[in-house]
This record gives sequence, structure tokens and C-alpha cells, in this order.
Amino acid sequence: MGVDSLPLLTTDQMASFVARGFLRLDAVVPPEINAQAMDELPRLFRSWLDEFRGAAAHDDVDGADAEVPLPRSGTVLADAYAPESAFGRMVRVPAVAGAIVSLVGADPVIDHHFVHIKTAGDLHAQGLHMDAIVDSGPAFDIQLFWFPHDVAPREGGTRFVPGSHLRRVNMDDVARYHHLAGEQYYSGDAGTVVIFHQGLWHAGAPNHGGRDRVMGKLRLNPTVPQVRLWDTSDLDGRNRADDHVWAQTEPDQVAATLRGSEPWYEPSVHRLETVQRAVLWRYLTGDPTFDVDWYLTRTERRDSLASRATSGAVS
Amino acid sequence: MSARQQVLMLWLSGPGLDGRVLGWTMFDGTAGAGPQLDGDPPYPTGVHALQDGWRMIQMSPLLPPAPGHEREVSFLKHEFVFERIVDLDA
Repeated sequence: MGVDSLPLLTTDQMASFVARGFLRLDAVVPPEINAQAMDELPRLFRSWLDEFRGAAAHDDVDGADAEVPLPRSGTVLADAYAPESAFGRMVRVPAVAGAIVSLVGADPVIDHHFVHIKTAGDLHAQGLHMDAIVDSGPAFDIQLFWFPHDVAPREGGTRFVPGSHLRRVNMDDVARYHHLAGEQYYSGDAGTVVIFHQGLWHAGAPNHGGRDRVMGKLRLNPTVPQVRLWDTSDLDGRNRADDHVWAQTEPDQVAATLRGSEPWYEPSVHRLETVQRAVLWRYLTGDPTFDVDWYLTRTERRDSLASRATSGAVS
Repeated sequence: MSARQQVLMLWLSGPGLDGRVLGWTMFDGTAGAGPQLDGDPPYPTGVHALQDGWRMIQMSPLLPPAPGHEREVSFLKHEFVFERIVDLDA
């Protein structure tokens, strides 16, 4: 399927991603690819272990047990995985490929992948963290979390905190937060891919179930400005900059989604979150005038007045 | 007497102890032998924790944002730390 015919994300999905930092694609990967993943992904995990330990990862060339080479960071996604491999097939599933194109463009590059296995009965709760290091926006990476088998509640589904992606923190400096109102533990059907903004707080969760939980994670870097890459056919009529909760609002405006709160937000910080989302939406739409609830507009106008006054433009 | 400390951290919706509980963590010096938290969240507000016997030992200071960073978001702002001492021989 060519890029032009992929099912792109909708404006509603993009706005939700900007507001909450994740997007669920439930059961989009077909069963035969999931079954292949259940065979291949544990071997990919061992491959990484060999790399980490400095072992000769490719010494074992015995048929199906041969380890799969890790892609080098910076490899274009289309070239990173053999088309018949589990990861190669997953990223070519139209719903997944369309979401990737919508968020990071047609030619993102591999950052890295990792296979997370939470063994049955492993009750360790990993500390809450965001991956990599503190970053400045607004351009962002995405991380695909692929669950190739059914994950029931309490069976090791990843813990994550909706709306945490724009908070500027570094790695596991948020690990002291053991419980946050509104946090989620993933559960869902086989073949679900959850796409995270790079900054979303998450953690490995205890597995109270009777089987290992396998998850393949893939981080992708954009190589083009992430501007209007989704299906924007309905955007122009929904992108008002003057939608203002204390003045006039319309429920179908993007602003209505971007001002959504989360149960763990302090009310005062919620307003700052709204501003950060508006800044990200400006980047994604290429519209430097977009706003939600007038926070950016009023301050920018005042700043402009002050600049004119000090530059002598006022007579 | 075998005294052990339990520490409760609450993150509240505002700068006062009457704010709603948004997040919580307990570090348990009794290793489970002492009383445990109950409920999700364990208390509606910080005041409810006081009424249940927790002693507040620290709260977040109110600091103005750093110039140039007024609109940034980061850690939860309103952090309150409580303790209670449990006598394991009692």
C-alpha cells in the first residue's frame, strides 16, 4: 500500500494525541503477525542482551535460533527491518503505517527498538519515568508499544500517565509518584499498538497473570517538520484561534479537545498545560496564531505593545 | 520499644492542606507490619490525613517561576510529606 493510500489519522485523533500524549490502535495487527512476533520478539531481546554483554551476537547461525541483527540508529524505517520480519510486517500494517506517517512523516528513522518481557509472577513495579532525557519541544519522537497477545488487567500491561508528556522532567525523576489519579494500566486485545509521545510517563507493571507479557517497543525520529501530515480535510473549519472558555466556545473546535484536563492536574497547572498544547498545535499546523482560551494571544499582544513603547514607535 | 517510621507523600490540588489528593506514595518502615493505606485515594484531602493521625513534616515552598520559564510544566507543585511512628511491640 502506497503512502498516498494509507489511512491517515484524523484531526480528532491528532488533537487527542497532543492533549493526552498517546493514541491507541486496538487490535490492528493481524493474528498471524502477532504469532510471528511471539516467536521472534523474545529472540530480539536475547540479541540485545548479547550486544549489551559484548557477546558475539551472530555466532549462533542455527536456523530459527539465529539472532536477528539490531538496526542501527538512523536507519530509515523502510530499510530497517526485512519486510517479512515481525517488526517489518507490523510497521507495514496500514493502520500503523498511516499513524506513523501522520505523526512523524513518511521517512522517519529508527532510534532503537526494545523488547520488554514481564515474566509471569514478576511483581516488581518499575519506577515511573520518561524515556531518554529531558527534551525541549515542540518536535517530538514517537514510541510504538506493540502488544502481540491479549493482556488482561493486572497482567503486566504498561502503566502510563495520560497528559504527562509535556512536563519537563528527566528520566526517572518522577519515580516517587506511585499513584496518580487517572493513570492507566494497559490492557487490551492482541495486536494493539499504543503510540506514545516521547515524553509520556510510564513504567513496567507487576504481572499477576500466569504467562509472560511480551511487548515490542519502537522509537522513531521524524526527519521532516511534522506539519499537517494527517488528514487535514476538516481542519480549517475547526481551528479557530478565538475559541475561549470564558467567551465563546464551539464543541467541534480543536480547542475543545486541547483544553481537556486530567484527574491528576492541579487546576493552576492545567492552564499551563493548555498553553503548552497550543504551542505544540501551532507547530503541527504551521499556524503561529492558533490559541486556546486566549492565553498566548493576550500576552503576545501585550509584549508587542511593550516592544513598541521601548523602541520609540509610540508617538 | 521497636519504633518504625511510615512516610506518606501526598500531592494536592492546591497549596493548602485542604486541597484534593491527586497522587500519593507511602514508604513503609514497618515492611508491612504496621497499618496500611486503604482507599483510592487513601484520603480525600491532606486534612483528612491529619485527622487520621499523620503528622505533616514538610510542604512544598511557594516559589515564583524562573524568569523565561513561566509557562513550563514539570513536577507536581504541591507536595506534602507526613509521618507516623509505629511501635511494632505494641
